[in-house]
Amino acid sequence: MTTPSFSPETTPGFPGIFSKDNLNLKLWLGIAWLGFLILPWYAAYDGFWSFIWVTDGYPTFDEYSPGILQITMHDRWWLWPVALFLLLPLSALSWSKTDPRYALTLLFSGGLGFAFTLSQGFILGLHGWGWEFLGDVFGPTEQKQFGMGYGALLVCGGFLFMFTQGLAARGAIKGDVFVCGSIGFCIVLVAIFVFFPVGRILINSLQDDEGNYVFSLFLEKITSHSIWGLDCFSSNLSCGVAWNSLLMGVLVGLATTVLGLAFALLVTRTGMQAKGFVRTASLLPIITPPFVIGLALILLFGRAGAVNVFLEWAFGIPPSRWLYGLTGILIAQILAFTPIAFLVLIGVVEAVSPSMEEASQTLRASRWQTFWTVSLPLMRPGLANAFLLGFIESLADFGNPLVLGGQYEVLSTQIFFAIVGAQGDPGMAAVLAIVLLMFTLTAFYAQRRWLGKKSYATVTGKGDAGVHVRLPKRVAWMAYLTAAPFLIMSLVVYGMIIFGGFVETWGYKHNFTLKHYIAEFSLHWSEQYGLLWEGAAWNSFWTTLQISAISAPLTAGLGLLTAYILVRQKFWGKDIFEFLTMLSFAIPGTVIGVGYILAFNVPPIEITGTGVILVVCFIFRNMPTGIRAGIAAMSQLDPSLDEASLTLGAKSFTTLRRVLLPLLRPALVAALVFSFVRAMTAISAVIFLVSADYDMATSYILGRVEFGDYGLAIAYSSVLILVMLAAIGLIQLAVGKRELGRRESFEF
Amino acid sequence: MSNSFAVEFKNVTKAFGEVQAVRDLNFSIQTGQLVTLLGPSGCGKTTTLRLIAGLEMVTEGQVYIGDNDVTKLPATERDVSMVFQSYALFPHMTVMQNVSYGLTMSSLPKPEVHEKAQTGLELVGLSGYGDRLPSELSGGQQQRVAVARALVLEPEVLLFDEPLSNLDAKLRRRVREEIRELQQELGLTTVYVTHDQEEALAVSDRIIVMNEAVIAQEGAPRQLYEEPVNLFVSDFIGDANLVKSTILDIDGSHANVDIRGIRIQLPHRGLTPGESMVAIRPQSILLKQSGTEDGIPGTILKASYLGDHLEYTVECALGELFVIDNQIQTQQPPGTNVSITFRPYGVSLIPES
Repeated sequence: MTTPSFSPETTPGFPGIFSKDNLNLKLWLGIAWLGFLILPWYAAYDGFWSFIWVTDGYPTFDEYSPGILQITMHDRWWLWPVALFLLLPLSALSWSKTDPRYALTLLFSGGLGFAFTLSQGFILGLHGWGWEFLGDVFGPTEQKQFGMGYGALLVCGGFLFMFTQGLAARGAIKGDVFVCGSIGFCIVLVAIFVFFPVGRILINSLQDDEGNYVFSLFLEKITSHSIWGLDCFSSNLSCGVAWNSLLMGVLVGLATTVLGLAFALLVTRTGMQAKGFVRTASLLPIITPPFVIGLALILLFGRAGAVNVFLEWAFGIPPSRWLYGLTGILIAQILAFTPIAFLVLIGVVEAVSPSMEEASQTLRASRWQTFWTVSLPLMRPGLANAFLLGFIESLADFGNPLVLGGQYEVLSTQIFFAIVGAQGDPGMAAVLAIVLLMFTLTAFYAQRRWLGKKSYATVTGKGDAGVHVRLPKRVAWMAYLTAAPFLIMSLVVYGMIIFGGFVETWGYKHNFTLKHYIAEFSLHWSEQYGLLWEGAAWNSFWTTLQISAISAPLTAGLGLLTAYILVRQKFWGKDIFEFLTMLSFAIPGTVIGVGYILAFNVPPIEITGTGVILVVCFIFRNMPTGIRAGIAAMSQLDPSLDEASLTLGAKSFTTLRRVLLPLLRPALVAALVFSFVRAMTAISAVIFLVSADYDMATSYILGRVEFGDYGLAIAYSSVLILVMLAAIGLIQLAVGKRELGRRESFEF
Repeated sequence: MSNSFAVEFKNVTKAFGEVQAVRDLNFSIQTGQLVTLLGPSGCGKTTTLRLIAGLEMVTEGQVYIGDNDVTKLPATERDVSMVFQSYALFPHMTVMQNVSYGLTMSSLPKPEVHEKAQTGLELVGLSGYGDRLPSELSGGQQQRVAVARALVLEPEVLLFDEPLSNLDAKLRRRVREEIRELQQELGLTTVYVTHDQEEALAVSDRIIVMNEAVIAQEGAPRQLYEEPVNLFVSDFIGDANLVKSTILDIDGSHANVDIRGIRIQLPHRGLTPGESMVAIRPQSILLKQSGTEDGIPGTILKASYLGDHLEYTVECALGELFVIDNQIQTQQPPGTNVSITFRPYGVSLIPES
């Protein structure tokens, strides 16, 4: 036999406790034991950062006891196996990594320990059995438990990483402990925070109010007239919400794609002067909360809007409510989402290899023919992506339909009303969410099918010295004509957003005033209390800033880590993993929101009403963008750079930190900026998750709109836009001076 | 079990999905030797190198480095370092930082890191270049930085993955000599991957020729060139004309061989009388004026002038032969009839044919 040890200092079989052997195992085992012996097992304390338990009866008080005391003092005997699974791997400490027993022990105790700890949490909840049928089988129980706390969290983490270390010891992922752990970590997180909530929606839609599974009820709901009715064709009544949403999504998808293409072509293929301006201006709507555009439209075209007031004054035309309904939603969404289509398409339009167009011309095709037969077909992936994004964004948009929808009901608003409305029917919300999810997933699938057959690779990595063909005149004119009205409209809308906040009451009193800003953001100095944050908006403002600032680096980090795993590592099931991480992008925010309240309102993971749920929600909503940015950037880095670092004795984590990360700065900036901005402007999922303690700016503003305080809402929105601009500048400054890599942030 | 080998492969198979990149590989490399893995692209030589480095994990079998079974150890924990085809210098670090990288990772004290890195740079003749970025160096200099970066770790095994393929022909010869000198000076066990047989012959103590995922032949350079065991090796190491022959009888260590009427004596290499293939080096074919000797009659099809030698394609009863002639003064034009004979060396029976 070969001697299995590699450090000459240590005798095989008896490595010292403090030697560097198995350092990772010691670390995670230590963490798990700490979680089991010392920290409170349950999260009965108030909020993740609340340390009230330290002084309030710890360690003996039922709610705050650590795992070991829960077993011995509070009769929670079913936690014994946890101790067992924590004891077993202690023996592995004395074995070398290459010993087969080492891997086996870790796989066994880590895997079973993780599975056990998690499932016991599901089996026994706050009110006894977690599932009805358990009560039927085992009879009623007096036992109950709260959501998992620090202790359970650490123990679960310990088990998970013991398991992945076992895998690594068996040679999985080239025996790399860090990568194995990262993959396990990402998979578990995505499973818990994307698939579990979506799964809960599915389960919930099958249940009646008492929690029984009634399939017929589900069928009845999902086929109901209010969803699928076709009355609009035969009468004055409106069609079902599904059709309304579908129509809206398709129209917005088409319009934003055409407009985005027009702009992309104008910027890249004509001598248009204002290129820089268009590029910069296209970023504006991204840092605008989506419904703010709807708001500006109301101020312009609403009953008391500027245009109507003018028309009545000049021509005596009585104001009407034409804006409210599909028309208004369409205008607002097209204004809001076209820039996204533009950013996707400009990358694609630029990437079409000039030599292919040149080849076409040398084959005697005219510019017009070249455009239609070569350039445009090569842009197909971009067009499909742009449409898909427009479609999903439109379906998921919650603010604009709420503000402008009037009688036009769509899925996202109906889901909201089903949850918070008078009838309060979470089952119906779940059913509607499933319909919405079906639409987006079908679109996602159709797009993959459509693109899947042909190769569109036009960027080969070799220098391509050709020059893009100028647009044919006819196409150029078409593009100008499409783009011009949009541009004018955008300018007017943003003018509104700036000025609307300085006017007393829009439509009635147009005198200049700062009162909205004062109401929202005033500060007061008093001798007695010092500085007072008097403005009504400060609370939600600081919360938003805090939550966004916490979630942005986590999102970017997790996104880049996932990108690293996807680009650089090979493992079984990688394709599925990639598809799943991307899929979370296709799930509308409203659906995620509903899923989160259903899934995380009860133990074992009970986080609704805390800031944690907002952070978690943002991380998993925005992670796909970080992944895309990371994948795009990392594919350009030679893999032998990592390999060189590895063979030089650097661990893969060190390699990631010292070699890859410095080279990925633009991607890091893109991911940070995007996740920060999205967290600041998000509304569709957030509206379900905010609480009195954790109110977000967007939901606060939407509340103002519902009260008709447009001035306040607009004033707050423009402050948000300024803050985001400042934040983008700060991020760029902090990470390094490279150009914003926005383009890759939107590519699929 | 203790063994004196620096690297040992035992029944190693590596599969990527359905495809076996290397199949049931067994070899061992002695300490202090430079061993080349040679073969055409796709033969599995780079995979073998990466298996030693731990950048790939074996599907079956064991890998030993020194006395240790490293089969399941990741690259980081193996005492090897590697020079990459693309050099893989970290573009955001200076030359000094690149060379120090591995030393820093081994948690050596700072002064020692600096001192060793400095020595490493001196060894490759780049001592004044520490503060430059890799992008500010020429290709040859970058290559040397990559070598220095791998050398300073004093690894148990040093790996080279086609290190010269990005250099021009002149530089390639110089750098390979430098690498060989360094290797012998420092007594480093080295595994070197290349597809260039000339390079392999020039630098190696031993060569492992690979073809289609298995070892075709293993041996010293001279042995491979003069005694190829199969058709592939004879053709891959140097050019060879493969022709049919008949072994008439065995006489002691030699065989009397008949090649289309020409009788020559060759080492029998374990063969018995009967049909057999013979490899004839292009330099070992002599073209004489037609009718002067009892050679095989042939006709010159093509002739080209390459400065220091002439190359002919000759048609004869053996098929088309490729001939190299160093007598550049007299170039025979195509169509000339010649008589073909063989020199007493550069002709070999192929055992596995």
